[in-house]
Amino acid sequence: MSEWRLYEVFVRSKHGLNHKHVGSVHAADNEMAMENARDLYTRRSEGVSIWVVPSDTITASASDEKEVLFDPSEDKVYRHASFYKLPDEVGHM
Amino acid sequence: MYAQLVDTGTKRLKTLEEMSPEERDFQEKVDAEIKIEAKNWMPDGYRKTLIRQISQHAHSEIVGMLPEGNWVTRAPTLKRKLQLMAKIQDEAGHGLYLYSAMETLGADRDEEIQKLHDGKAKYSSIFNYPTLNWADMGAVGWLVDGAAIVNQVVLQRTSYGPYSRAMVRICKEESFHQRQGYQILLDMMREGTQEQKDMVQDAINRLWWPALMMFGPHDDESPNSQQSMVWKIKRKSNDELRQMFIDQTIPQLEFLGCTAPDPDLKWNEETGHYDFGDINWKEFYDVLKGDGPCNRERLSTRRKAIDEGAWVREAAVAYAAKQKQRAAA
Repeated sequence: MSEWRLYEVFVRSKHGLNHKHVGSVHAADNEMAMENARDLYTRRSEGVSIWVVPSDTITASASDEKEVLFDPSEDKVYRHASFYKLPDEVGHM
Repeated sequence: MYAQLVDTGTKRLKTLEEMSPEERDFQEKVDAEIKIEAKNWMPDGYRKTLIRQISQHAHSEIVGMLPEGNWVTRAPTLKRKLQLMAKIQDEAGHGLYLYSAMETLGADRDEEIQKLHDGKAKYSSIFNYPTLNWADMGAVGWLVDGAAIVNQVVLQRTSYGPYSRAMVRICKEESFHQRQGYQILLDMMREGTQEQKDMVQDAINRLWWPALMMFGPHDDESPNSQQSMVWKIKRKSNDELRQMFIDQTIPQLEFLGCTAPDPDLKWNEETGHYDFGDINWKEFYDVLKGDGPCNRERLSTRRKAIDEGAWVREAAVAYAAKQKQRAAA
């Protein structure tokens, strides 16, 4: 419902794994957001923990910022292990 | 298909040369199978078509709960009742996943639902048929959800990311629906009385053609399909999907020991597919226009649910406001 706030839902599927974004729900308050998220996204034991976050509190990068944010890392090949060639004699490193 | 006759607003396809640079970038991305996400630039027509298609799809899930809701209190055993309720709860969930996907396009859920209630938005023609006996619960699960699966499996590869992800989630849950339906029919055919077996055949006779209509008009009668295919919103044509459904369903029908109400249905050795008779398209368009057996009843039930539930929504907002106030004090 429009007068209800939109929340993004994150579910941890198993202990030891990250919470992962699964979708969104509308709710009148945080508690209801949690209940709705549980009913909507974990009907078949898909999770062991849920986060609900009001969507309007998320700061997201814009698609036209893609180059500004991510291009600088493209010419830094020396940040990857594969850039450094080792002689075979050294073995696994 | 849960979305039939989705208007794309295009009369003729644009060539790459006719497109603006933005449109061309977009089309090249689609052609390269790169998913379009909410914040990416997209043509207005693409956005509008998706809103129409996803909202129709969502409305179908929501209205689709009604024919089954009819049987919750009449289910023959507690086990069947629990299964049916789980299935109906899934449909509600599917509707919500889809409304969420639609909202990423800037559409408002309340507004789209209002359009449904005003009779301005469509939903699948199949849900305007009544569910008259218990075997209908089996036939709906098997045939209707079966037809939906054929369509939805392909839609997992649709070009719009949020729609595609919703479809992946839905497909995972949908096969339970089809199996529980088929099992209802199997049990009735294996252990039922003659009267119960007759109910199964009767349910199939009534739902067979409407299930085939779910895939929408023939490809050559479907002017919007072409644009949707270029945008990769649709991945396979109506006729292709319908044929896939028939080919995979007939062996299941034969295993039940039932028949389809189609004298022209027969295996074609040459094509490797089943041939089948003509669909009554007048019936299809009548139902879609609002003149099916249950259109009015379905819409009035939906309106009643929204109107009579208004106080619950208002109370939730009032409660949330009060809690907030208390926390601040």
